[in-house]
Amino acid sequence: MSAVAIEPMPSVPFAEPDPNVESSFIVELDQFSGPLDLLLTLIREEQVEITDIPIARICEQFLARIHSLGLGQAADYLEMAARLLRIKVQMLLPRHGDDDAWDDPRAELVRRLLEYQQVREVVDVLEHRGEERRRRFARGYLPAEPVAPPESPLSLSLPELLAAVDRVLRLLREPDVHDIVPRALDVEGAIATIRAVLALRASARWRDVVALEAEPWEVLSALLGLLELARRGELRLSQPRPFADVEISRVAASEAA
Amino acid sequence: MSPLAKLLEAALFASDRPVPLDELHALDPESSPAAFAMALDEIRECYDNQGHGVELVELGGGWQVLTRPEFTETIERAQLASRPQRLSSAALETLAIVAYRQPIGRADIEEIRGVSVGGMLKTLLERGLIDVVGRAEGLGRPLLYGTTPAFLEQFALRHLGELPRADELAVALRAEPRPL
Repeated sequence: MSAVAIEPMPSVPFAEPDPNVESSFIVELDQFSGPLDLLLTLIREEQVEITDIPIARICEQFLARIHSLGLGQAADYLEMAARLLRIKVQMLLPRHGDDDAWDDPRAELVRRLLEYQQVREVVDVLEHRGEERRRRFARGYLPAEPVAPPESPLSLSLPELLAAVDRVLRLLREPDVHDIVPRALDVEGAIATIRAVLALRASARWRDVVALEAEPWEVLSALLGLLELARRGELRLSQPRPFADVEISRVAASEAA
Repeated sequence: MSPLAKLLEAALFASDRPVPLDELHALDPESSPAAFAMALDEIRECYDNQGHGVELVELGGGWQVLTRPEFTETIERAQLASRPQRLSSAALETLAIVAYRQPIGRADIEEIRGVSVGGMLKTLLERGLIDVVGRAEGLGRPLLYGTTPAFLEQFALRHLGELPRADELAVALRAEPRPL
């Protein structure tokens, strides 16, 4: 025990921990939320005044309790144990002069306990109010489905577009020249199929324009055909929810065309 | 109900969060604030006196329509909605300290609680109950935390002033951080 007393006194109650290093383990006890909580519980059990703690007795009980709770490895509790031992030793030191000049070594601990006690009172209030609120449901509590990107019209004027093209062209010093390899796709054929389907009915689904056992080139052709027709404004593609079937609907104007 | 009360009821029904008075006012800029207060009273009285399953509650800086507590278990059993998780005692302690001492840095919270609170602050941040509100001047310019509107909402508080006043409690929490 005396070994603890010669430990250097920390100049501040708590050294700022390195914010990058999280505690290696977190003691999650239902019973106590920290050493001050445990201390306050002991003081209540002993029915003594916070302002006049029998430090030797409380200190012994604190050590016994953290031992029985298996908290001997928890730094926060050990730190408090060391603090209690230090105060105990300081209380044993002979006092010089009159009592008025004597600084009670328990003063700092008492201040912190009183402060902590108030925090606990606020916690009681929060617990009560939080429970009252938890028992009332607001509208739309259920988690919302993932939001599909909104179908908003592009607000872009022709001069803006041309200006953008201009900027891009100015960035390009030498145009990249690519060889265009003819694609083995039949987009025109797919477009004809889609038009034929849409000639019969106002809306269709992906499966209506692509056969079930379609080859990859057929799937790609149909996709490009759909996108092309959508671009030309002949049809509209929409997907009500993520991963839902794509709906292909005829645009009224295309009927006239 | 008066036309204004009906309008407010519709707006509050459509919203999934408490609606502040100034946002309600935008619904009908012609009406006076007193008219809005009367209309809100009208809705509340209507809900209370005519035996509705919902009630009008003022919290989190606004107004919200909430179900009555007597139906909580039944609604939950039918899996129509579920209560949010309860906060641990340690989380509530941290939250209480932030609420009273905001803006406050991690070191000051740890000094009061006597434990490290890094993980706890992270949890509270993730749950949107606290937020970083600035940086302190001192060494390392530590982050300062404060409570959010969601905090008020989850604890059915109209505003921070509704928390029990520090001097009403046994001992006043120090208003200013103690100089080290």
